[in-house]
Amino acid sequence: MDFSFTEEQTLLRNSVQKYLQNTYDFDTRRKVAKSEAGWRKEAYAYFAENGLLGAAIPEDFGGLGGSAVDTMIIAEEFGRALVIEPFLQNAVIAAGFLKAGGTNAQKEELLPAIAGGEAIYAFAYAEPQGRYNLADLTTTATKSGNGYTLNGQKAVVVGAPFAGKLIVTARTSGGQRDADGVTVFIVDKSAKGVSTRDYPTVDGQRASEVTLENVTVGADAVIGEVGGGLKLVEKVTDEAIAALAAESTGAMKVLNDTTIEYSKTRKQFGTPIGKFQVLQHRMVDMFMNYEQSVSITYMVTLKLEEEEAERKKAASAAKVQIGKAGRFIGQQAVQIHGGMGMTDELNVGHYFKRLTVIDTMFGNVDHHLKRYASLS
Amino acid sequence: MDLNYTPEDEAFRAEVRTFIEENQPQHLKGRKRGEYREKEDFLAWHRTLYKKGWLVPSWPAPYNTVTWSPTQKYIWNEENARAETPAILPFGVAMVGPVIYTFGTPEQKERFIPGILSGDVWWCQGYSEPGAGSDLASLKTSAVREGDHYIINGQKTWTTLAQFADWIFVLARTDKNAKAQEGISFFLVDMKTPGITVKPIIMMDGGHEVNEVWFDNVKVPVENRIHEENKGWTCAKFLLSHERAGIAGVARSKNAIGRLKDMLAMEKIDGEKLIDDADFERKIAELEIDLTALEYTELRTLASEQAGKGPGLESSILKIKGTEIQQRITELVMEGVGYYALPFSDPLAHNEFAPGPEYAEGVTQHYANMRKTSIYGGSNEIQRNIIAKMVLGL
Repeated sequence: MDFSFTEEQTLLRNSVQKYLQNTYDFDTRRKVAKSEAGWRKEAYAYFAENGLLGAAIPEDFGGLGGSAVDTMIIAEEFGRALVIEPFLQNAVIAAGFLKAGGTNAQKEELLPAIAGGEAIYAFAYAEPQGRYNLADLTTTATKSGNGYTLNGQKAVVVGAPFAGKLIVTARTSGGQRDADGVTVFIVDKSAKGVSTRDYPTVDGQRASEVTLENVTVGADAVIGEVGGGLKLVEKVTDEAIAALAAESTGAMKVLNDTTIEYSKTRKQFGTPIGKFQVLQHRMVDMFMNYEQSVSITYMVTLKLEEEEAERKKAASAAKVQIGKAGRFIGQQAVQIHGGMGMTDELNVGHYFKRLTVIDTMFGNVDHHLKRYASLS
Repeated sequence: MDLNYTPEDEAFRAEVRTFIEENQPQHLKGRKRGEYREKEDFLAWHRTLYKKGWLVPSWPAPYNTVTWSPTQKYIWNEENARAETPAILPFGVAMVGPVIYTFGTPEQKERFIPGILSGDVWWCQGYSEPGAGSDLASLKTSAVREGDHYIINGQKTWTTLAQFADWIFVLARTDKNAKAQEGISFFLVDMKTPGITVKPIIMMDGGHEVNEVWFDNVKVPVENRIHEENKGWTCAKFLLSHERAGIAGVARSKNAIGRLKDMLAMEKIDGEKLIDDADFERKIAELEIDLTALEYTELRTLASEQAGKGPGLESSILKIKGTEIQQRITELVMEGVGYYALPFSDPLAHNEFAPGPEYAEGVTQHYANMRKTSIYGGSNEIQRNIIAKMVLGL
């Protein structure tokens, strides 16, 4: 049993921290989120140059050959700084699909561009009717010539406005919610028949509604097995959940530290409010929620390569824990800050909103409680 | 004990229901206050009720044209919630108005009451300060007497809708040496007076609902002081304890749960209606039961008020439970819409692209916004202190 980090991992954390402290202060982040572009290409380029995007990509394919622990470290630090550039969509999700499902040719062609930050992907899986069921798909891909023709609508595709390519789940066979018949495709956003409507999300990110109308792709656009894509999608989304868990612990830590600090300086009735026992116990509960979330984040990160049922249970357990903890910590941080916690000017509300969105991503507490129970 | 309404109460309900149906501003039905665009949107229903003579049934003669029993007021609130009429802004009719008719001179009543009733004068509340929130009596804004004027200096904050206000009622310190509560006076100040600056505060939902109001050597005539000098805390306390009826928001929460259920009937989970999902059913049931208990707590309070015992300290229960339920409803609405909880709907812009079903628009922002309810009006921690001290004797 060992929960310590290697020297390289500690160096990685320190260098990410240093970069974010110097260039990613809250006011800058707030301005960037509201800007026309919605992200900073130079920040993303820095991630690429410094190996953050390729941290968990094998060395043979342009990465540094690290593990999910490296991803965890980066995601946690990104959570502390509320990073909005699409690390999750690319370093975790797009790279995850290619690593687990790509042919050698696809890996060679596509992974280096992800590590290098040249290719930007977004993951178009959700549909208006599907809620969190990854198999609930009305988007279809029908065989045509050597390739496929895609039709359908994808909802709330986070990061799509920044992306050049979309990873799209579509049904090549089977009924609307069948486990079999799901196939994963890479689609150029500029391909004929792809249309997007972009909008901001409540946590300062950007998303699109994506319509696919007779979009044709070649057979080489398929990642993984035709019709057998659901297992791959579940594996990659479980990896995304582990990264989100790490990100959420970073955000929780900031909220807890900020709240404790505020309670020491804010005086009412002649006393720092942190002296009131009711608030002390509240902050102790926030602290315990955070520690429990860190523990479960380690657990899921270390179990991502376990056999399928074990991995799924770990991911669902983590998502439930961080969903509950994120809501509690977010709400109480706002409450203890009083009116100030409600403002756009202070960082507290922004962490609150990010944690709220993280609960929704890839299934909320209810969804993962059910999934966990069904696996037990 | 009898849970039934009298035939008179039922007749009253029928009368108000018809009136509301025939007169409510249709374009505002069901819209949240954050979605109001024009100043007049806040005032339309106020003006209609004023014309009808139903604006201030709680006020004494000679201002009221009707006197309703607590039960009738309850019915009135229920029918308004059911029809989703705009809430009447409290700053004039429920706050400064009663202070003026209780503590004001005949001249002050004659000068200020008509504008409050007609809605022609918009009031805002100058209470909280950056350093004085839960501990309101620690406020620092000062008013120094100079001849027949006071000179006010300081800063107020969280001033709701001050951007529209014509007048502000202000608590300011007139005696720095007295005990905190004893050196405060209550002033009425024209927002057009030189030296007043209103600065918007944008909240985390993106909306502009509250403001900072700065006072820089603001000259206020002595005749704008209500009650005696240094007796402002009496007015403030009176205002806080006055008109607690409806504080629990039971009727509006009931209606909001109805809307939530309509929405859940349209949302899908694995091809089924979300409202038939066992987890969601249980959450809705728990919420409804919580609200039912609160409803009967409120009715008990009402009955004791009707028996002439006054609203009592139970109003803290109504505030705590009422706001917790309101917040819970917004959580479930947000959970109900799934991924369409993510899009940001800019309250300061018009006609932005709104993805997803109409009922999903802005739900996370509303959830975020409603966190304010356990902070404002005496935070829920303060309300619990009140119960511990005043009810439990701890």
